[in-house]
Amino acid sequence: MVDDLYQEIILDHSKRPRNCHAMDGANRKAEGYNPLCGDKLELYLKVEDGVVRDASFVGSGCAISTASASLMTEAMKGKTKDEAIKLLDKFHDLLTTDSPAAKDLGKLMVFCGVRDYPARVKCATLAWHTLRSALEGEESTVTTE
Amino acid sequence: MRALVDAIQAGFDVEKIREDFPVLKQKVHGKPLAYLDNAATSQKPLAVIAAIRKFYEVDCANIHRGVHELSQRSTAAYEQTRVKAKQFLNARSKNELIFVRGATEGINLVAQSWGRKNVKAGDEIVVSAMEHHSNIVPWQMLCEEKGATLRVIPIDDRGELIMEEFAKLLGPRTRMVAVTHVSNALGTINPVAEIVAMAHKAGALALIDGAQSAPHMKVDVQALDADFFAFSGHKLFGPTGSGMLYGKSKLLNAMPPYQGGGDMIRTVTFEKTTYNDLPYKFEAGTPNIAGGIGLGAALDYVSRVGLDKIAAYEHELLVYGTQALTAIPGLRLIGTAREKAAVLSFVMEGIHPHDIGTVLDRMGIAVRTGHHCAQPVMDRYGVPATTRASLAFYNTAAEIDVLAAGLRKVKEMFA
Repeated sequence: MVDDLYQEIILDHSKRPRNCHAMDGANRKAEGYNPLCGDKLELYLKVEDGVVRDASFVGSGCAISTASASLMTEAMKGKTKDEAIKLLDKFHDLLTTDSPAAKDLGKLMVFCGVRDYPARVKCATLAWHTLRSALEGEESTVTTE
Repeated sequence: MRALVDAIQAGFDVEKIREDFPVLKQKVHGKPLAYLDNAATSQKPLAVIAAIRKFYEVDCANIHRGVHELSQRSTAAYEQTRVKAKQFLNARSKNELIFVRGATEGINLVAQSWGRKNVKAGDEIVVSAMEHHSNIVPWQMLCEEKGATLRVIPIDDRGELIMEEFAKLLGPRTRMVAVTHVSNALGTINPVAEIVAMAHKAGALALIDGAQSAPHMKVDVQALDADFFAFSGHKLFGPTGSGMLYGKSKLLNAMPPYQGGGDMIRTVTFEKTTYNDLPYKFEAGTPNIAGGIGLGAALDYVSRVGLDKIAAYEHELLVYGTQALTAIPGLRLIGTAREKAAVLSFVMEGIHPHDIGTVLDRMGIAVRTGHHCAQPVMDRYGVPATTRASLAFYNTAAEIDVLAAGLRKVKEMFA
């Protein structure tokens, strides 16, 4: 049922997104855009000594994309760049493969249900695509296309 | 509801009509399908499916060239669709009807063939703010190539064209006015006869995008005096990849071919090729023969049901649906034109259309969410996307009740 997709934690983070603000002093910023939905996202990172000290976002999108950005920014704080990329790859794997290897994604496992809604995978991955772009230091708009 | 009951009593038996559409009988996610995405594409009646099947099972051959029996049958069936389309749109001659893949290709044909020959630097093409991308981009491409300018008729908050502003846009540089008959995103029915007359008075031509009107109301291209009129078969209960472009013969005759290839030629040598007469001049290559034949069956089907009856019934559905949806707190209709087709485009406070669409889908309700290939319309209303229920004559008041109940559930979940 549709409740498998919109689990309580997703609804909570979509209604009350965490880290949802522009950041003063961010040294990495990237924009994500999904032309199919019109979802837009700006991601801010403060990266010091190869560690993500702070992460925030602003944007407009559906419940899935907002909750994904909210949970992602929570998960990123304190991660090294390598750890962040690894988590990003695992998350992508979780959503796009039939039998994902990763089972240890903690709270992020709530996005498991998105797999059954192929049209919505892009909503969940928008923030993460943007993260890759921010970590790699490109200050350009990334799209999920 | 009263009016719907009256419509049924007046001989419009929607339950009987639904019997003709096998796809409507299924359950989706365990719920009866409520297909409310007809502006995207429509479902096909058995008569259309049977015509396609008969072509492939019995008559399959290439057209216009074989002397053998099958080719002659195929040619006759395919060409019969041209005659049916002529009657359907009340054109003067069947030679004014060109087979195309859909309205998009019809518009591109005009922009490329007529446009490249007739549009010059400094000229102006007028479109409206409610156009589908298919009636914007072909003209933009032409303008870019020629150094011409695209002008845009603005719309008001209801989603109606501002006709005084349109009048101001017209001038000696205007070459073409290309406007949609019915907006896919807003449902607005535009006063196209008036638009055509104003364009002509300014010395310009007029193209009408009929993708959303031809399936839902009677169209008379002579009464409209349209120079070009394009529609898609798949929105008219026919096959995908079928459609027709109507053009006045004196214009079509003066236009260069759109694509080169077989069927569009008279003689070919390496020194020179001479082109075929109308309509074949614009029909290069083996077309979608099955689709063309299926389109003929769709035109027959719709004519048999009766476009006047269809329009009247769909209007009652629109009135019923408008009441049902506007009763939901926090729901705002986008597109409230006084003349409107059965399209209910809306936003709900604080809830993204994609979430609405996904929840409704799990209830068996098919709606469209997104920008509906009309991003300028979304920008005009300051929304990234809308949810759209677009109705056809096989939809029912009960399905609208299911939609309204679904939307209340959505509100509960996300509020």
